[in-house]
Amino acid sequence: MHSLSAPLSKPGWMRELIAIWGYAQRNYYLTKRYFMWEVVWLVYSTMNALTIGFIGVGLGGSPEATARTTTFLLIGTMVWSYLSMIFDLLSETVSWERWEGTIEYTFMSPASRTTQLVGMGIYAIVYGMARVIVMLVAISFFFDLSLGSANYLGAAGILAICSISLVGFGMVAAVMPLLSPEKGQQVTSIVTAVLLLISGIYYSVEVLPGWMQPLANISPVYYALNGIRNTLLEGASFGSQWDNIWPLLIMGLIFPPLGLWLFQRGEHFAKRTGRLKRAG
Amino acid sequence: MTIEQVQNSRHALELRDIEKKFKKGRKGYANALNSVSLTLGRGEVVGVLGPNGSGKSTLIRVISTLTLPDAGEVEVFGIDAVRHPKEVQRYMNRVSVEASFFKKLSSMENLIFGAKLYGVSDRESKPRIREILEGIGFDYKRVNEPMEHLSRGMQQKIALARALLTSPLLMLLDEPTTGLDPRSKKDVQNLIERIRADHESSILLCTHDMSEAEELCDRIGILLSGKLIALDTAEGLKRQFRTSDQLPTLEEVFMVATGTSLEEAEFAGEDDTLPEDEAKAA
Repeated sequence: MHSLSAPLSKPGWMRELIAIWGYAQRNYYLTKRYFMWEVVWLVYSTMNALTIGFIGVGLGGSPEATARTTTFLLIGTMVWSYLSMIFDLLSETVSWERWEGTIEYTFMSPASRTTQLVGMGIYAIVYGMARVIVMLVAISFFFDLSLGSANYLGAAGILAICSISLVGFGMVAAVMPLLSPEKGQQVTSIVTAVLLLISGIYYSVEVLPGWMQPLANISPVYYALNGIRNTLLEGASFGSQWDNIWPLLIMGLIFPPLGLWLFQRGEHFAKRTGRLKRAG
Repeated sequence: MTIEQVQNSRHALELRDIEKKFKKGRKGYANALNSVSLTLGRGEVVGVLGPNGSGKSTLIRVISTLTLPDAGEVEVFGIDAVRHPKEVQRYMNRVSVEASFFKKLSSMENLIFGAKLYGVSDRESKPRIREILEGIGFDYKRVNEPMEHLSRGMQQKIALARALLTSPLLMLLDEPTTGLDPRSKKDVQNLIERIRADHESSILLCTHDMSEAEELCDRIGILLSGKLIALDTAEGLKRQFRTSDQLPTLEEVFMVATGTSLEEAEFAGEDDTLPEDEAKAA
């Protein structure tokens, strides 16, 4: 008779924890193997941030006004760089596996979808943070920033809450490539572009046409940016940002379970219609 | 279901009247599996012979919980695989015609990841990886090379090693030797024999290689257009489909049973677009 090895006799929660670590570790291995591309993207993102910072400098005005405008723009750039990274990594979970040809192996393994998405989410947060820190160090050599009264802890708190909403938002978007392998990926790219437009990354949402402004209310990035700008530029306390925090908390509570539920429905649909297979 | 119950179950796999249709074109449907019933005993190796597009890969996908059947029952070690996929996934693994790996990652990285998906930690997997790879004649010095630097035969051996790491009680092999050079093919076939002998796994092997089926399998089924038209030992099939005093070869059995040669059936099957990648895999 077959001797059962350790994994079969381990409790379920332990197997899931090992698998979460597996997903995070696999992504680390991939980052290492694609290191030169990572460097290219980091250089590109840093140059992009510098370009946007110099737009602030080019607008002129008093040194204080210039520092404030530049800081406003760079906060938008950095926060977007971090949050869009989380969103992209999560929303591309399925497309990536399809492209590599591993989707069937992953989906027939006993690790749950929650485990997969949590593992991807944890890596996305850590990786996104590391990237932003490197970018921050680079741009700090170029600009005088208006951060004299910044409340860094408050900003970090808001960013942390928003990260959870974005992981959930990414899960919602990740279902698209399950429903339609090619069109799904196209839709997630459009979602990223719409978030960029409506969230007030480089400008206040008040400059948007009147009909477009309410759309910002459904973007977690909008609330995160408002809160982070207030804490960094004005030194506002974390508690005073409740108007920006409660929508993020609600989205953080709704999006991850909604994303998981949708993902499971999408997986069921893909298994029924035979769409769980490699492409590309 | 406890592990003991799984170990004591009479059959590794039971399929009862499995039906699967896929949408084809705007209005039509193609029958991928048509009332397929099959039992795989503990420690048994059953082969399924069939041309491209006959439904072999769909059959493997249904068992491995990647495709939901329209009707019928799939039981793995007595557990309903359609209703409780997570329960049965722990006990089985699959090797398909295309070794599905992250090509930029090394064998070691892919194996560590694959093991973790089944709850096998680094501490448990690393010594076993060495043991398994050395056992299959893999040059361990190459374990940190990206998979894309390895030959297809090597990649397929790593795929079998990845499955072995999770100690599967049921192995699903979907044309594991298709497209390999004769030497690699023989190596992989030897490895399958060893898996059976050393690990006492039950194996379902889908192939279109007659000699491979005859050499490795206790019983052989013939699948044509989604229908299992025969299932017996190689000798049994030969007796069943003999047309003269002399026992026919398995190839002749296939021709008598299906009314066509494997090559002709494959040609017809390639035109059948049901599971797209079955044709692609050939």
